[in-house]
Parts: sequence; C-alpha cells; structure tokens
Amino acid sequence: MSESQLLRFSTAGSVDDGKSTLIGRLLFEAKGVYEDQMAALQKSTLNRSTGPIDFSLLTDGLRAEREQGITIDVAYRYFATPQRKFIIADTPGHEQYTRNMATGASTADLAIVLIDARKGVLPQSRRHAYIASLLGIPYIAVAVNKMDLVEFSETVFNQIRADFSAYAAEIGLRNLTYFPISALDGDNIVEPSARTPWFTGTPLLAHLESVPVAEDRNFEELRFPVQYVIRPTLDFRGYAGQLAAGILRPGDEVMSLPAGRITRVKELPSFDGPLTEAFSPMSITVVLEDEIDLSRGDMLVDPNHVPHVSRRFAAKLVWMLDEAGGPGRPYLLKHATQTVTAEIRRIRHRVDINTLENVPAEQLELNEIAAVIMETRRPLYFDAYAKNRAMGGFILIDPITNLTVAAGMIEESTPDLVEPLQLRNLEFTGESSEAADETQLTNAERFARAGHYPATVWLTARRGVAYLLERRLFDLGCQVHVLADDSESHLLPELSRVLSNAGLIAICSIASPDAAESDRAAGFAALNRFLEVPAKELPSRDDDAVEVLVKRLEDLGVLRRKDRFERGEGI
Amino acid sequence: MDSRTLSHLRALEAESIHIMREVVAEFAKPVMMYSIGKDSSVMVRLAQKAFYPGKLPFPLLHIDTTYEFQEMIEFRDQFVKELDAELIVHTNTKAIEEGANPFKLGTIKCCALLRTRALLDALEAGGYDAAFGGARRDEEKSRSKERVFSFRDKFGQWDPKTQRPEMWSLYNSKVDKGESIRVFPLSNWTEMDVWSYIDLENIPIVPLYFAKEREMVVRDNQIIPLEHDMPFAPGEKPQMVMSRMRSLGCTYCTGAIASDAATMPEIITELVQFRRSERENRIIDHDQEGSMELKKREGYF
Repeated sequence: MSESQLLRFSTAGSVDDGKSTLIGRLLFEAKGVYEDQMAALQKSTLNRSTGPIDFSLLTDGLRAEREQGITIDVAYRYFATPQRKFIIADTPGHEQYTRNMATGASTADLAIVLIDARKGVLPQSRRHAYIASLLGIPYIAVAVNKMDLVEFSETVFNQIRADFSAYAAEIGLRNLTYFPISALDGDNIVEPSARTPWFTGTPLLAHLESVPVAEDRNFEELRFPVQYVIRPTLDFRGYAGQLAAGILRPGDEVMSLPAGRITRVKELPSFDGPLTEAFSPMSITVVLEDEIDLSRGDMLVDPNHVPHVSRRFAAKLVWMLDEAGGPGRPYLLKHATQTVTAEIRRIRHRVDINTLENVPAEQLELNEIAAVIMETRRPLYFDAYAKNRAMGGFILIDPITNLTVAAGMIEESTPDLVEPLQLRNLEFTGESSEAADETQLTNAERFARAGHYPATVWLTARRGVAYLLERRLFDLGCQVHVLADDSESHLLPELSRVLSNAGLIAICSIASPDAAESDRAAGFAALNRFLEVPAKELPSRDDDAVEVLVKRLEDLGVLRRKDRFERGEGI
Repeated sequence: MDSRTLSHLRALEAESIHIMREVVAEFAKPVMMYSIGKDSSVMVRLAQKAFYPGKLPFPLLHIDTTYEFQEMIEFRDQFVKELDAELIVHTNTKAIEEGANPFKLGTIKCCALLRTRALLDALEAGGYDAAFGGARRDEEKSRSKERVFSFRDKFGQWDPKTQRPEMWSLYNSKVDKGESIRVFPLSNWTEMDVWSYIDLENIPIVPLYFAKEREMVVRDNQIIPLEHDMPFAPGEKPQMVMSRMRSLGCTYCTGAIASDAATMPEIITELVQFRRSERENRIIDHDQEGSMELKKREGYF
C-alpha cells in the first residue's frame, strides 16, 4: 500500500451526463464509500431523481449546492485500489464554471471527458477538452456514457469517437483513449462488459490504474525555486524548496539566478539523514559549497540549460473574477516562489471557447480566456508552460482586494512581439532594456555561452584604466569592448545598452563626470548590472585600479569566480 | 515502479512540506493547531521534516476543553517535551466556570463554546495570521470543497461561496490586517494515508488508538467512555469492552469502536475491511444534516 503511486484526474460535466454517477460508481467499486455514508444518503431529506442508490449525492458537498442540485465548485474525492491512490478533482461543466474546470485541471495527470451516447459531442464536452489542452493535462480518457440507452451500439460509439478525435486534433490534444460505458450499470468500469463484445480495450478503472503518471516530468534541466531559507544557527544556511524539475546530487554544479553565480551542491540534509539524490517533485533542503546569499524567489538551475529570464512574455490567461480586468492596472503576479508587480501590457485576442475563434477584446470578463502580453517589474525565470507546469504557470492577484483574478500559462516567445529598438528618444525606465526582452535568447543563455554576465562599467577620467581593464577581462576570457567618445558622450548609454544586451561587458570611458548620462546607462544595463566607481575611490596605480574593478565585477555576479578562471574552467 | 517515481505517501509528504514552508515564508505569525490526535502527530512530523535541522518555526496551540481523555493530556506533555516545541494551551475558562459541559448544554452548544469560541479567542489573543489545521477533505462532505489555504474574515468565518480558486501549488496568501487563513496541509490525505504514514514513519500516537479492554457504557450502538462523570441513563451499567478510538476528542463526544486491533498492522487491516467512515463515531457531526458545514461557517476547524 505504501508503495502505490498517486494519480490525479479531473472530471467535468453536468448533472445530466452522469458524471456524479460515474464518480459514485468508481468510489463504490473501489470501496471508497462507507456504509454510514450510504445510509446517510438513503435517509437524506433532500429528494431528487430516485433510483436504488443515487450515487450523485455522494459528490455534491455543500448545503446550497444540494438544494440547487448542481455542483458549483471543485470537490476533491479520494479512493484507492491496490495499484494506485486516486485524487479526483470533480468540477461542474457549465460554461460559467470555466474557472472551476481550470482549477481542477491544473494539477491533473488525466482528464475524464464524459459524453452522453444519446447526445454525441456537445459544446460542453468540447469546452472541457479545450481546457484540458490549455492546462496541459497529459492524458485524456473519453467516457462515452449511457451506452445502455443506445443498445450498446458500436456505430454510435465509433461516430462519437470520430467526431471527438477530429476536434481533439484541432486543439492539439494527445493521448486519447475511448471507453463505451454505463456508469449506472457498471459496464466497462471494472470488468469488461459482456454487452460490448466489439470493444477490445481495457475497462476504465484498469486504464486509470495503468496509465503512466507524471510523464511530463523533466529530469534533465534542474529548476529549484528557493522557497524558504533555513538558518537555525550561524553555521547553517539551507535553501528549502520543492524541485520543479531535474535531479540534484551532492557535488552537482548549479547556477543561481538572478546573480548568475556558479557553485556546487555541498549536501542535501534531511530529517531522515543526508540524501544521495533528490528529484522532482521532492521537497528538499540544499546546502551549497560557497557562501552565496540566496533568498526566497531566487532559483538554482542547471548552468547548461538555463530558463528564460525576462520581464516580458506572452501568456494565456483564464479570468477568474466576476469583475472585469485588463491592461492599465497593477496586479501582483505569483510565479514559482516569486511575487512581483505586473501588468497586462496588451490583450492580443480573446479565445471563444465554443468556436475557438480569436476575438478582439479590450478587457476580460469572468471565465474568459485570452492571449496576452505580460510585463513584470522584475524579471521572472521561467520555462514555457507546455514544457513545465510549475515553471510556466502563474496567478494574478488584485493588490487591493487580495482576490485571485486570473491564472496564466506562459507561452514560448512569439515573433510578433518583436518591436524595433529605438536608439533615439528612449525613455529612462530605470529597468533593463525592454525591447530586447522579445528575443528568443536570454541573458542567462548568453551567460552560459560567454562564461560571464553582461555588464556596463562607467569610468570617469582614467582612460588608461579603461583599456587596461579591457585587456585584463579579455585575458580572463570575457567578451568586452571600450566605448570612449568624448565629443558624442551622450550616445554612450545607448551604445552600452546594445553591447550589454548582446551579452558583452561594455566599458564606458568619459572625460568628466556626468550624472545624467551615467543614470541613463545604469537604467539600460542588462539585469541592472551596472558598475560605477568614482575616480577618487580608485587606487592611483592603474594596475591596482584594474584589480579593484575586477573584484567589484565579481561581487556583482558578473564574472565567474576568479579561481575558476585560473583553473581553466572559466569558459 | 520507476526508481524516480515517488510513492503516493512520499508525493503527499512533498506536497504538505511545500505548503508548510509556503506559509512560514509568507505569513508573519503562523501557529499550528495541535489536537493531540493522530493527524496532529503526522502534522508535527511533516513540520519537523520541512524545517530540519531547525526547530518548528511556530508554536503549537491546543484548545483544551477539559473534557478530553487524561491519556491525551499525558501524551501531549511528553510529546511536546521530546520535541522541544513551544506549546500554548487555551481553555474557555469563563464558559467552564459557568458550568458548560456536554451533558448539560448538548453537544452543539458545548462545542460552540469550548472549541469554536475558545479557538477564535486564542487566535485573536495570539495575533496569528495563519493557523495550520489537520483536517482532511475525505473526512466530511463540506470539507471536500475547502481550499488548502482557506480564507477567514475578521470574525474568523468561512464563506464557501467566495473561496479563492487554487491553481497548481500557487497559493494566494494575501490577507488584510485582522483577516487570517486556515491552512490544511493534509487536505489530500485520507484516513488510510495517515495510518500508513504513521506506520511507515513510526510516529508516536496516543495509546487510545489501540484496542484494549476499557470500561464503557453502550448506548444506542455508541460505545461511550466513562471519564468526566458521564451521567448514566436509567438502567445503564458500565461494562468492559474490547475497544479503541478511531478519532479523538472529548470523551463524551468521541464514541469508541469495538475492535481487537492492538497493533499498527492490525489497525490498517481493520481499516481496509472497514465500511464506516471515521467521523461516524463523532457524535457532533450527526446532530443535524450538514452540521459540520454550519460549524465551519462559524469558525470551527
């Protein structure tokens, strides 16, 4: 029992299509219904459609819902067989409950889409399938129910299968399996039904017991969002969190974001003794070899496979609040362990869930789905949702009411986002370059290639130091370039921006102090890596000044640690 | 099984630890409800794992109705001492001085005063903005729709109609001053999971869970313990019954079950064969249809 696996699946549907009956049947067959619950059902004071046992009453929880006879929220149900433990996210299927369907689907490994054999593929089944696809559910079980009412007709079943498969192909749904069932009578639920001799597949429960779980897990690319720092004593600093992807072992090389520092895992301490290996989705604690200071929201990643680092990205949103919202308002965006201020920069279009058409929209209403461009105040470290749900999912929170207003799924960067870089008349934003955020490359990827982060160094007066620093950094393996133009020094911030976006270290050398220009350059520096050392703080010997600057760049997290370069591991 | 697939217990464990860390990271003053029951024992073990090698970064809060089993109190004191945790015990002494007890008030009123009221007072007095509870969604119908992060207004009340949607494992922890959340790290555990985990992890629990000959009164198919001067109905006599508790609470309101299961494997075997849900023996849940939902709206855990 303790070695069985966990499968989470979602169901959606209304009272009519027999969803509650199917769940009641699964619970009953797996002995998930207790005698006293059955007795309580039979004596229930609320009368509805009657039969020997109304399984649907088992799944309708709250008083208000029982009175209305509809399920209006996500209910979680549990049952187990010797093979597996199951968590059912049971959601209502009406159009106005897209929100609940999405909630139930967000953690599901599999979705059961119910289709009434008498009615064929209705808009409701299509909606459910679309949401399953939007939320990235890896497996779909299509249960064609009430086969007893169509005399277990193979023709009816095949027609429904053809109709639904055509729709599934349109929305990119994969891994579909079809079942002709009667939830009421139990056909093809646990045992193969004698009434469907033409059906050669396994019964539904056997499928649930054998479908691969967590197929979408990624063990290749480490993603460890720091959730909490454990510091019981001054000598212990452990980074606690749940592995979103990948495997970690003591000795593994990891990169910290946003600093871009490379270090190694020293140990994985745990209550049950040190671990020799940890993998997603374990909750673990990591102790690093070097004393680098990480906090909640930072992330440890595989230095050879870094995530996207950006303040702007394309996403799909499901609007979850009964009050409309959209661009022009501040929201809090929670992604992994980071919460940042964000806004919806633009609604590209809304998706009509019934026709799949793209419709223009100014704002978003409850249960609407839209493609948007998001912008955050600080960069997020993310992967596309389709690649990793934990790294690509986020929620939006209204900072005034504290309510969850939307769920978002980050998409791969899309080409139509690219806006031309304007060298003139750039507004000072105090943030790293915006237009460059639309590139398919990330600063972290550039770092992985170059061995250092981009940076802008602002030097006044000491031109000789600028060129010596360039030589020194070049010898360390860096990509570096001096910008020195006393007559057109107002161009230096823009030019340094281009270099730093390209992943280089730009050394700006100007003749005399100019606070306005250095402020602008600081605002443009990629990832805010900007170094300005006033001339009076630099040692008078040029060589010493260069060493001070190299040290400061290391502290900024621009360079890999010096000893690594000297060991020849730098690049 | 793939060597890199977690068993369902380890998957649940990872989820619960994530929830606990999230609360401690995002709230100013969390507290863990400690009921002394098996679920509390599991909660404490998960918290030890979540914050190892540190101590629990929050106190444990026990709402003592004074009508609980003596064995529970003894267990509590020993358990907390070994754990080196901070324990806060709160009792609605005013109500007890005024004579509140289940025999006189009935279970609904008694529970409202000695549990719900006492809990709300203790949470307010401590200024806690997050309180962990050991409730599970499989326990009772109204719980099956409750969120992991369950929002409470300034009066500690729950509104099932305005629950925040809960996507993935991204919990919305924003509350205004005076508001709070109840957090249920064991939401997705079942009674069987709890027992299997106790067995797997060798977690200490109150001996009342194991069957032995105990002095009881048998009334309307309920087996009621004798502690706290429970008044007898005419003609009733105490008798020795081989029995154990399936869940723990106040002595009068926690019926025992007839059972020979005296070891962990026996309990688990019994559970597999069992066809009755665990709260059935709790008298409070059967007072009226939907009674747990009503209690929860008022602030009961």
